[in-house]
Amino acid sequence: MWHYLHRRVAAHYGADPLHLLALIACFALAGYAASRVVVAGVWVGFLIWFVGAAIFHDLVLLPLYAVADVATRSVGRRRPAGGAGRPPWINHVRVPMGLSGLLLLVWFPLILRGSQHEYRKAVGLDTSPYLGHWLLVTGVLFAGSALAYAVRVRRTSRRARRRADLTNQRTRR
Amino acid sequence: MTSENTPAGGRTPRPSRSWRPRVPTLPEDPPPGPFRPEFWRSPIRGPWLTSVLGLILLAGVPIVAITGLLSYAAYNPWLPLNDLTPGKGLLGFYLFDWPTSPPWLYRLTQGTHVILGLTLLPVLLAKLWSVIPKLFAWPPVRSAAQALERASLLLLVGGAVFEFVTGILNIQLFYVFPFSFYPAHLYGAWIFLGALAVHVALKMPRVVSTLRTRGLRDLRTDLADTRPEPPDTSGLVSPDPAPPTISRRGLLAFAGGGALAIFALSVGQSIDGWLRRTALLAPHGRAYGTGPNDFQINKTAASVGVVAAQTGAAWRLEVMGPRPVRLSRADLLAMPLYTYALPIACVEGWSTQRDWTGVRLADLARLAGAAPGHTQVVVRSLQRGGVFSRVTLSATQVADPRSLLALRVGGADLSLDHGYPARIIVPNAPGVHNTKWVRMLEFSPETA
Repeated sequence: MWHYLHRRVAAHYGADPLHLLALIACFALAGYAASRVVVAGVWVGFLIWFVGAAIFHDLVLLPLYAVADVATRSVGRRRPAGGAGRPPWINHVRVPMGLSGLLLLVWFPLILRGSQHEYRKAVGLDTSPYLGHWLLVTGVLFAGSALAYAVRVRRTSRRARRRADLTNQRTRR
Repeated sequence: MTSENTPAGGRTPRPSRSWRPRVPTLPEDPPPGPFRPEFWRSPIRGPWLTSVLGLILLAGVPIVAITGLLSYAAYNPWLPLNDLTPGKGLLGFYLFDWPTSPPWLYRLTQGTHVILGLTLLPVLLAKLWSVIPKLFAWPPVRSAAQALERASLLLLVGGAVFEFVTGILNIQLFYVFPFSFYPAHLYGAWIFLGALAVHVALKMPRVVSTLRTRGLRDLRTDLADTRPEPPDTSGLVSPDPAPPTISRRGLLAFAGGGALAIFALSVGQSIDGWLRRTALLAPHGRAYGTGPNDFQINKTAASVGVVAAQTGAAWRLEVMGPRPVRLSRADLLAMPLYTYALPIACVEGWSTQRDWTGVRLADLARLAGAAPGHTQVVVRSLQRGGVFSRVTLSATQVADPRSLLALRVGGADLSLDHGYPARIIVPNAPGVHNTKWVRMLEFSPETA
């Protein structure tokens, strides 16, 4: 009997009945939390920010950085590695740009001085140094990445030279 | 998604065998763009990458959640005036009276909550990137089970981003959200955690089987040897993968590098000494100077309407209890003074330890005829408005010998911005409970 019921539910529902139970529990908790939001009298703003958070990430932020990445890579295709045997440089641009963008994404209210008014009132200081801090960190990231690339290029060319020497020796023998 | 794109075969209604929630006008074939699997070309997307990112989040998010709930308990919300989420119902529970020992506990838990939360953001972004093709799965709904699960994913993704965004904006004092932070962040957390628990339960078998078959060899695989994961039913592996430009371990290192950058540039705001200067991108890593009063301020006197005229020679402390007394600052300085090194730790994650000198709250309770140990106190500030212009401290907090009405810090008189003429300092209490510019202490028998 139980077995039969289990199979019927699974066939109609599309998954194990436990799946249904877990999701019902999830929605019950969310519904209860939502009722608390209503009691707090902030449900309209909460709902807009909650759904807006998902939309902002999935349909704004992610496409934006994906397009930026595609653009960087297309530059890479037009300007492939400078000389024969040069290692690909794409990640030496991608990584510092990504990290710098990440820091801006987190700290933009300080860097772009959006929170200047409240910050000044609370902390007693100005938000003006943060733009400089962010630019400094960005500069260090790009410089470090360029240095790492230079080291890689040297190592690759040295390896190529050694290989060439080795072939020369062999041909001489 | 318009019907113009409908291919010829899509319009014929198919006989339905069981319950089909599919909107009849949706074509069988996906419209061009992200709804087509071949739109997604990353060769490194797949169940292995998603599983590893998921496991990292699974290690970190519970710590952020638990420290967050501890912060809720740290406010002792069962005492009158302290509860910032009065409509919480079952969602705000506290199993214990917040202790005063060890005095650095809240410094540690709340610093962890904020800094670890920030540090996990790049991992969350990488995780969401790794599963984005699933958002555009076609047809959008295949069964009732899948429809419900997708709805729960809205709660999961919306909840995660909502919690990170509100937290990150709040610590920067960027109050652009149209609600009070406390209830929104608490209730949003419950929605997120419920959806997360179900998501983990549903996906864990796949994570385990993926890691069992594929192991961790991708952590040693460089770009030259990076291959797409074998085609499967997860909907993550691209059917038309582009040549790889980064390895899987490269992507993990990228996300880890982002985490490290955020961590290294913000953790200094929870540490004293020269390390504080490393917090270049954190709201409270700033240097004020070298004097005893030159440390982080969280509300200036000017911002809450406290002016020097109120705090001058005419200032009196009202101590209410069975034997009410009024005390001038000179009266307080004539009482036995004690000095303790105690941290002040803010809900926004920053903290600093200072040497505070003042009168024990327990001595003031005795002076007003109340018995420490069974006595709580309502502290009222000169500050105008704000939820923290008054607060209730528990009997445990009043009785602790290190709980002070502080008059000096680092050997100097408190500055106006640090609460002159007198402020509360209680070991292990959240910073906002260390009320500044105290004007009244009302001792009364403990209510709970």
